[in-house]
Amino acid sequence: MSTHTPHPDLPPPSTSVGLIGWLRANLFSSWPNSLLTIAAIYVLFIALPPLIEWAFLKASWLGDSRAPCDAEKGGACWVFVKVRMDQFMYGLYPESEYWRINLAGILIVALMVPLFLKRFRWKPQLGLFILVGYPIIAYFLFSGGVFGLQHVETSRWGGLTLTLILSSVGMAASFPLGILLALGRRSKMPIVKAVSVVFIEFWRGVPLITVLFMSSVMLPLFLPEGTHFDKLLRAMIGIALFQSAYMAEVVRGGLQAIPKGQYEAAQALGLSFWHSMGLIILPQALKLVIPGIVNTFIALFKDTTLVLIIGLFDMLAMIQAALADPNWLGFAIEGLTFAAFVYWIFCFSMSRYSQALERKLHTGHAR
Amino acid sequence: MPADPTPQTSASKVPLWRQPVLRALVFQIALVLALLAFGNYLLNNTLQNMEQRGITTGFGFLSNAAGFGILQSLIPYDETYTYGRTFLVGLLNTLLVAGLGIFFATLLGFFIGVARLSHNWLVARLATIYIETFRNIPLLLQIMFWYFAVLRPLPAPRQSLAMGDSVFLNNRGLFLPKPVSEEGFGMVLTAFVIALVAVFLVARWARRRQEETGRQFPTVPAGVALVIGLPLIVFWLVGAPMHWDYPALKGFNFRGGLEVLPELAALVLALSIYTGAFIAEAVRSGIMAVSHGQTEASYALGLRPGITLKLVVIPQAMRVIIPQLTSQYLNLTKNSSLATAIGYPDLVNVFAGTTLNQTGQAVEVIAMTMGVYLLISLVISMFMNWYNKRKQLVER
Repeated sequence: MSTHTPHPDLPPPSTSVGLIGWLRANLFSSWPNSLLTIAAIYVLFIALPPLIEWAFLKASWLGDSRAPCDAEKGGACWVFVKVRMDQFMYGLYPESEYWRINLAGILIVALMVPLFLKRFRWKPQLGLFILVGYPIIAYFLFSGGVFGLQHVETSRWGGLTLTLILSSVGMAASFPLGILLALGRRSKMPIVKAVSVVFIEFWRGVPLITVLFMSSVMLPLFLPEGTHFDKLLRAMIGIALFQSAYMAEVVRGGLQAIPKGQYEAAQALGLSFWHSMGLIILPQALKLVIPGIVNTFIALFKDTTLVLIIGLFDMLAMIQAALADPNWLGFAIEGLTFAAFVYWIFCFSMSRYSQALERKLHTGHAR
Repeated sequence: MPADPTPQTSASKVPLWRQPVLRALVFQIALVLALLAFGNYLLNNTLQNMEQRGITTGFGFLSNAAGFGILQSLIPYDETYTYGRTFLVGLLNTLLVAGLGIFFATLLGFFIGVARLSHNWLVARLATIYIETFRNIPLLLQIMFWYFAVLRPLPAPRQSLAMGDSVFLNNRGLFLPKPVSEEGFGMVLTAFVIALVAVFLVARWARRRQEETGRQFPTVPAGVALVIGLPLIVFWLVGAPMHWDYPALKGFNFRGGLEVLPELAALVLALSIYTGAFIAEAVRSGIMAVSHGQTEASYALGLRPGITLKLVVIPQAMRVIIPQLTSQYLNLTKNSSLATAIGYPDLVNVFAGTTLNQTGQAVEVIAMTMGVYLLISLVISMFMNWYNKRKQLVER
């Protein structure tokens, strides 16, 4: 009895595998699709070559005057950015003291690294130190006036440094406040709840600009006669209050996602409110909302640009000031493109990090 | 033998300071007192400070003459009008930017959001690049880019970029032909309103008929035909009561026509491009939230793809999209306050800027400005709650 031997499989038709197959499936699957592809390629063809030519091929990179830029028309003048780079990064900080900012930067990076190591055992302690100890060190490094360091007024802080200071202070200050507000909003005490709701909805309902205006115009009125209040500090207070409302809503999302059983179990164990929150609920809830926290941080990072309107010199304001330099007129595109690039790098990497965290932390608590 | 642990049933056994009700009461009273004391402290300081600076409190300043000009005004305004009028002018300018921004951002957002889900690899990639680029650059930077890097370096009016004889673009703005109504145009407007009401009624009738009988009615084409066709027919019947006012170069600038300030153009561009990226993400998440099983089930029931989209996918996707969309609209409205950075005369620039500087009435002015934004966000969130409630009833 002869066994049936199936005919060997034929290779798939050449039009459905390999490059041609991929092209057919993804770009030319139907004729409207093909038209769309051709239109897209046409757009790229129109836009890309001049862009590359402007940004790289014809651009001027060398030198420290605008002569090469004037000689070569039609290309970007990156010399402008290069010459001003120190100001964009450090603002009006005295040049001889740049090392202090660099030191603070290296310190925070060195402190953060262990947080990402899996086996490091002192994470909570280190985290607490970063939140409490580091800002004090950084403040004295930036401001000086002790240990023989030259005193630098806050009005000279600027550039990317100020952007980073504002966003990290805003974050660190809004975090505890946001947790308190979120707990308050879920409280069973009607007055506590009402106060939290009104506070949160008020700050979420107004634009940050008006908050900054308020902090720069109204805060001095609120305080007793003669109290001098630093402009930077006023902006920080405004940003922290504004941000805490958004933080509260993120944390509330986490609190709501924790099953009721966890709350009841904590009560059954006889834990007090603060113990049950601190030991049972918040550790789980905060872990759930880390991506949300990173997202509000991205929003805050972008929002710090608004301080230029009340006259602080963050990176964007430094660039705007550089654009008005009579020796370097007409390089708005270069300056703003550079700023956009820097902000984009920060925000894009943070959003990627938050997406990666979301995948990693997806441990099944969320409902 | 251990003593029988009697359960503490009577509340009197618990010490007074351990009773939850009492503790809550005391804590809340303390909170209220602390807040009142704090508020009182601030109020006293403020009154004292204002007295020191010679500022009279109250809203009386609103009826004083403003004495400064405003770049753009939708209602009659010049230096002789009051500060109260500047508030209105600023508010209307804010609403104009917000309205235009919302319109264009929605168009752009839906287009890009759908493009990102396209099966066409290239189109999807381009949409992704768009979203990831513009979402991650601060809005203020984008506004400044459009204004300082694109619109301001445009040529002067004499060398303006022209499209035909009617559209001109230069560093003073964009000049378009302006429709000017003549007598009888009111009839056309009436026809338009009637058409809108008719569309609403037809849509309701069509939905009801479909729910009862399952028969479909081409609501969208019929609606578009009504809204465009009816006013058009009336327009011709009355004898075309409208002419165009073309901009013309007179002296150093264009006169006549519809003038779009470069500040307004930069603001609307930046706001719609920035918010469009977020709306695109909302649209994408909404469409992705409808499980594929829904589409398959609909196909299995024999519905064609177009009808599946209309009756199965879009209604469910909208439930996810609308709340995100409204919050983006709200963000856009609040973000329109960045106008002040490039000098567009919106509420914050005119009222919280110039008016505040001239009068020094910081508390009143800031309170009024914040009040407007608060009111807008309250109205929008009320709409959202209403919508959510309505949609949830439909669910199951």
